[in-house]
Amino acid sequence: MENTVKQIVEKYNTNRNRLMDMLIDIQESEGYISRDAIATLSQLLEMSQADVEQTLSFYHFFSTKPRGKYAVYLNNSPVAYMFGREAIKEAFEKSAGVRFGEVTSDGKIGLFDTACIGMNDQEPAAIINNMVFTRLTPYRVRELVKMMKEDKPIEELRKESFGDGKNYLPSLRSMVSSNIRRKGMILSDDYHFGTVLREKLPTLSPEGVIGEIKHSAIRGRGGAGFPTGLKWEFCRRAKGDKHYVVCNADEGEPGTFKDRVILTEKPELVFEGMALAGYAIGGEEGILYIRYEYRYMKDYLEEVLHKMRKEGLLGTNISGIEGFNFDIRIQFGAGAYVCGEESALLESLEGKRGEPRDKPPFPVERGYLGYPTIINNVETFATAVRIVQNGGEWFTQFGTDDSTGTKILSISGDCMFPGVYEVNWGFNVEDMLDMVGAYDVQAVQVGGPSGTLIGPDEFHRTLGYSDLSTGGSMIIFGKQRNLLRDVVVNFMEFFIDESCGSCSTCRNMTQVMNNKLKKILAGKGVANDLKDLKEWGRVLNASRCGLGQTAANPIISSLKNFRPLYEALLQKDKDFDEGFDLEKSVQASCSYVGRVPVFNHH
Amino acid sequence: MIRNPLEAILNSNKREEKTMSKPVVATTSLAGCFGCHMSLLDIDERILTLIELVEFNKSPVDDIKTFTKAVDIGLIEGGVCNSENVEVLKSFRKHCKILVSVGECAIMGGLPALRNGIPVEECLHEAYIGGPTVQLNKDGIMPNDDELPMLLDKVYPCHEIVKIDYFLPGCPPRADLIWDALVALVTGDPMKLPYEVVKFD
Amino acid sequence: MSNLIKFKIDGKECMAEAGKFIVDAAADNGIYIPTLCNMKGVKPKGACRICSVRINGRLMTSCTTPVADGMEIESNSTDIQDLRKSIIELLFVSGNHFCPACEKSGNCELQALAYRYQMMVPRYPYEFPMKPVDASSPRIIKDQNRCIFCKRCIKTIKDETGRSYFVFRNRGHKLEVVLDEEMGKTINSATAHLAMENCPVGSILVKEKGFDTPIGKRKYDKEPIGSDIKL
Repeated sequence: MENTVKQIVEKYNTNRNRLMDMLIDIQESEGYISRDAIATLSQLLEMSQADVEQTLSFYHFFSTKPRGKYAVYLNNSPVAYMFGREAIKEAFEKSAGVRFGEVTSDGKIGLFDTACIGMNDQEPAAIINNMVFTRLTPYRVRELVKMMKEDKPIEELRKESFGDGKNYLPSLRSMVSSNIRRKGMILSDDYHFGTVLREKLPTLSPEGVIGEIKHSAIRGRGGAGFPTGLKWEFCRRAKGDKHYVVCNADEGEPGTFKDRVILTEKPELVFEGMALAGYAIGGEEGILYIRYEYRYMKDYLEEVLHKMRKEGLLGTNISGIEGFNFDIRIQFGAGAYVCGEESALLESLEGKRGEPRDKPPFPVERGYLGYPTIINNVETFATAVRIVQNGGEWFTQFGTDDSTGTKILSISGDCMFPGVYEVNWGFNVEDMLDMVGAYDVQAVQVGGPSGTLIGPDEFHRTLGYSDLSTGGSMIIFGKQRNLLRDVVVNFMEFFIDESCGSCSTCRNMTQVMNNKLKKILAGKGVANDLKDLKEWGRVLNASRCGLGQTAANPIISSLKNFRPLYEALLQKDKDFDEGFDLEKSVQASCSYVGRVPVFNHH
Repeated sequence: MIRNPLEAILNSNKREEKTMSKPVVATTSLAGCFGCHMSLLDIDERILTLIELVEFNKSPVDDIKTFTKAVDIGLIEGGVCNSENVEVLKSFRKHCKILVSVGECAIMGGLPALRNGIPVEECLHEAYIGGPTVQLNKDGIMPNDDELPMLLDKVYPCHEIVKIDYFLPGCPPRADLIWDALVALVTGDPMKLPYEVVKFD
Repeated sequence: MSNLIKFKIDGKECMAEAGKFIVDAAADNGIYIPTLCNMKGVKPKGACRICSVRINGRLMTSCTTPVADGMEIESNSTDIQDLRKSIIELLFVSGNHFCPACEKSGNCELQALAYRYQMMVPRYPYEFPMKPVDASSPRIIKDQNRCIFCKRCIKTIKDETGRSYFVFRNRGHKLEVVLDEEMGKTINSATAHLAMENCPVGSILVKEKGFDTPIGKRKYDKEPIGSDIKL
């Protein structure tokens, strides 16, 4: 083990900023990160052990205990439950003989819960040793467990046919389906990769590129919607010896999976966009920060990068432009939703806990390692290529005045055809539901848990930065669903788990509000509770980052748009009830001392 | 010379003695140490004014055990640690127009709530079986008579059981704070809260 | 002093050197903005959010935001005061802050802020968490139940090679500040005392001594926190 750790540390030049890579490599080689490994690692990096652990313990997928020869991570998003997660869980537990959170005594199988793995269009799904298994059924689970017990290599567990699109490629060989249902400028097949780098850039100055991007009025596709051209311009102007291009492929918002599809079907377009951005801001290094859930794409993406280098689309003097040097490396996360926040992502890139930074300074001034850095979403980079290819003016014909271009939606839940749809901005929800074949719809979660939950009287609203803003996650809930119990609580618990904990507000208020919601669900609610929830939620506005500020949105937006659901649960005859239950509260002591509780109800 | 607002009311009350009845006060100590009651007595000579001004009903101060009439102000010391505390607190809520949590235990469980981090079974085991002072309990007898109050899983602040109208922090609340609060409640005047008087210890 | 700039706090004209953090610039002008995680001379982190002010309609932490020319800052409005009080109350219910039994009572900044904001009772239900108390170091006790995660110990208590004695562990609601096991064994008395002093609450205590200042003589017995800031 000691030697393995040594080799890994050397592989990354004993550079503390690469701690994430080291921890990932150690875990993949040893199965987990042992005390001894931490000791060796901290010694080689001249850090305290607790300091190594402070990074390690931040990330869901790192484990200091053995996780089993086969580590099963079963998604627990609401859509997984809607498509039978309970039965899948039961099947795993029954056939493996352990509960979730445990490892079998022979060390073979470990069962773990995990937040949305970006497979909402093919749930229930699980990740087993970095391989994704989708559309699970109890029969399939029993089959899988049987093979695990027989020590079959993980590749042999992959019995089904591969998914559609490029998932059959030898470097992917994945059961995941891309489910592209509607194509636009990004997903269309009419672009020949490299055209912009080869033909356009030699005729355009970096300022010219930024000019086209600004003219197109494209705004960030990750959800926050900052004007991309402006971001690139700020970064170009910021002083620094180096400038960095970072692509955010953390895609942690439950219900979104479009970046997975773009990276599977059009990775060249994304990498070309990053190179283009490097040219524009004067940066030579690009980093794709991608969530660990998509580890199965590692070889495939490396292969694409390799091919691009061979074709001269990455490297030095690209397209014969003197001094246009650019290359890309891939950095994996390790399970932390908050790392989708750009400054938290930078911290993670530097090998630290993914805690958002205080702003100002903004990353365009001081980003990765303190250098000016742009961080854009996968989709933004891909779109930038088409903008520069055809000109900013061309781009403005798509979408609406304040939201130009197309948007790729990840649509899942109660509908006939879940998958990825590229539409023009300005699409309304009603049309969207008809497009995907969704009937008897009770609600749509727009933009994931941090977005809004809307009901039929708002289905006339349109998708765009000034109306319904979205990073692309659209989850549809039919009339048969219990929104509060099965959706809102699930999302609140998601935020409780995923808060970095740095701000007092997000660390505590999510829990306080969820406790109150659970009290209401338990039939102990009174009218005042709804007032409290509404007021308490405001405290979260004081949080540092977008996660914290929106962490109570599941409650706030459902309370606003589905108030009758809450009201129906309240006690009509009481105006005070803090949830105290005498009979329940004496149970433990009475049974311990051996007496039968007696209650005088007078 | 009129030394404080209560005396002013007292005097005016005296003049209208026949038309106005005195406000009625009740007090109790739940899971507390009676320190808050001691602090009430610590208002020194003002207690003479108080006795003339208000009438005490159920309270250890006059040893009245049960409510005999409607009460205006109930003062609660102590948190809620067993079923009897719950019963007493609920009956205070029923009989009193205004309920005041007096002291840290009533407000947040206080020292008894230090056990809240430990499962109640462990607490009982320590108290009756495992503790260093229980050698005489050779048979490991547990308190399980039906006459005994039943222990709650944790110590609850009073306002998590019934609605509480006012809170007077302190361990104990300073005598001046209790006095000022009573004056404010009886006169309806806003309460003074000088910095030195509101403390949690 | 050539780079003096003008700004306003709650309508009051103020002046300060450009680039100063708002909280310090305000203090220079005799205006107190409450803080908990902030420490003079230490890189701020904006963890507690108590120093939040409103600038251009947005809440910003005044310990991390530099003052700029012409800036209009809202600090004393009813809703911001209530926000600060809410955060104090939130910190009280999320930990086990049994003031009567705490060695830091009277010198505790969280408690002092609660006094200043006249917290009679938190509006949120108490959580009574069950977190570990680490007494393995010969000199220090680290009580997780009292920790408010201000990061002050993490940022200031270091050994001669720059390694922190204290670090974060886990995240979110499970967050802890832990003392490195090995380093805790050899921490010297001066460093241990500094750690206790820099802890705004009673989460880091030095062993063998406590309650040495009598009631009435402690830091916040007579004067509210922030009383030193005036014109």
